[in-house]
Amino acid sequence: MYHLGLLWEYLKNYMKTRLTYRADFWVEVISDLLFQATNFIFIMVIFMHTESLGGWNQNEVVFVYGFFMVPYGVFSCFVNMWNFSERYIVKGEMDRVLTRPAHNLFQILLENVDPPSLIGSFIGLVIMAISGANLGLPFEWWTIPALLVLTLSAVAIYTGIYTALTSLSFYSDAPTGILPLMYNIQNYGRYPVTIYNRAIQVLLTWIIPFAFVGIYPAALFLQRDEMRGMAILTPVVGAVFLTIGLLSWNYGVRRYKGAGS
Amino acid sequence: MLGAYFDFIRIRFLTMLAYRVNYYSGILIYTLNIGVNYFTWKAIYGGGESLGGFTSAQMTTYVAVSWMARAFYFNNLDREISSDIRDGSIAIQFIRPYNYVLVKMMQGLGEGLFRFLMLMIPGMIVAILLFPVQLPTEPAAWAGFLVMLFFSFLISSQINVITGLSAFFVENNEGVMRMKRVIVDLFSGLIVPISLFPGWLSSVLNVLPFQAITYLPGSVFTGRVQGVGIWNVLGIQVFWFLVLLIPIVWLYHAARKRLFVQGG
Repeated sequence: MYHLGLLWEYLKNYMKTRLTYRADFWVEVISDLLFQATNFIFIMVIFMHTESLGGWNQNEVVFVYGFFMVPYGVFSCFVNMWNFSERYIVKGEMDRVLTRPAHNLFQILLENVDPPSLIGSFIGLVIMAISGANLGLPFEWWTIPALLVLTLSAVAIYTGIYTALTSLSFYSDAPTGILPLMYNIQNYGRYPVTIYNRAIQVLLTWIIPFAFVGIYPAALFLQRDEMRGMAILTPVVGAVFLTIGLLSWNYGVRRYKGAGS
Repeated sequence: MLGAYFDFIRIRFLTMLAYRVNYYSGILIYTLNIGVNYFTWKAIYGGGESLGGFTSAQMTTYVAVSWMARAFYFNNLDREISSDIRDGSIAIQFIRPYNYVLVKMMQGLGEGLFRFLMLMIPGMIVAILLFPVQLPTEPAAWAGFLVMLFFSFLISSQINVITGLSAFFVENNEGVMRMKRVIVDLFSGLIVPISLFPGWLSSVLNVLPFQAITYLPGSVFTGRVQGVGIWNVLGIQVFWFLVLLIPIVWLYHAARKRLFVQGG
């Protein structure tokens, strides 16, 4: 209850800051949409030159992309740690966060909520509906519950990976340059992983499991039986990676000594 | 006076050297990017021989060279400039006896040289070992490529400077920077060579500066463009370098008039 109250206060605060920079709000929404549009251009271009990508047709790949957008939007709304190292460690704001009663990671996430990202999730749902209709996918009783569970699991995976990577800034004093590089890699989980060689498949499945935020869970709705087992595994992977992320974060915070200034 | 500018290159290079551990992971991640793109294109080719004027072997080389060129020309000048603007420290930089934009370009070059030595060269070696990359043999192609690579850096950094200075007009330009990053990666031909885009889109992209960053140099290096075509590519790069100076000069002057510091 206490945490929900905090969330509400931070959201009110967010609205106030946002209303100060009105033009910027719309620029951000439009840039998000353009980002999604450019990814669509990529899929369109690919399917102008081929009928199928590793046995998946255009509607299926678009559907996977639609699913990918849903958890990604939720994740970007609530977990936004791009500037963590510069803002909290280099400028010493971590000290301020640590003196407060709520959990430090929770405060940091709240200070960086980004509700416009949720628009991407809605568009993802629309895309799933359209390409699903094109494919004639049936709407089962479990569709909505499965969508909820898989979305939350995928958000947990993202949160786990990015929390673990961000917590590296507690261990090394260098501003970590890894996060922006990850940005490209997470997109690869959207394509049929079976086209990659074994090493990359293992990497995208078990080490940085971005295949679990795109292709595997989406395969469940597409009734791709060969990936059903993987799809069902998504919540487990989510739990494991979220735990890894939180543990490495908490361990890192204990090592944190402050950067002066 | 010029010596002072060269010092900015040197200092940035040395600063980057202090954080070099980050770049070992960079080599891995860039190699992974090449790998994923290589296998995606292999799947797209299927049994086919040629796509958009690229043979399958040329496409492998193109992917490797494009990502490695990015390892060199990529920098965060846009982010640096906009944070200078937002925290107000740009006011101090404006009254110092140097040209702010030129200093940023020099720092970008220092970073580029560092990335060239620590990321691009080792990454290229790893990529050549892992994937069937075919590099040109004649020295002229290499010399030409290095010159084009330098112009890729100039044009990409100019676009970054323009994006960064936009923070004067939209106070928080996070969205603009994100948009720029995506547009440059897609429209420069890094992710899809421009000749594969639908006709109308590739003719739009042909009159935009982005193709001069990745697509044109990549086409030369894979041997798709030869002879006189190489000089055309260089000409297009020089053209865009000069054209992009105009908005930079204009923004710089407009910005000096518009400057208001938000707190700080």
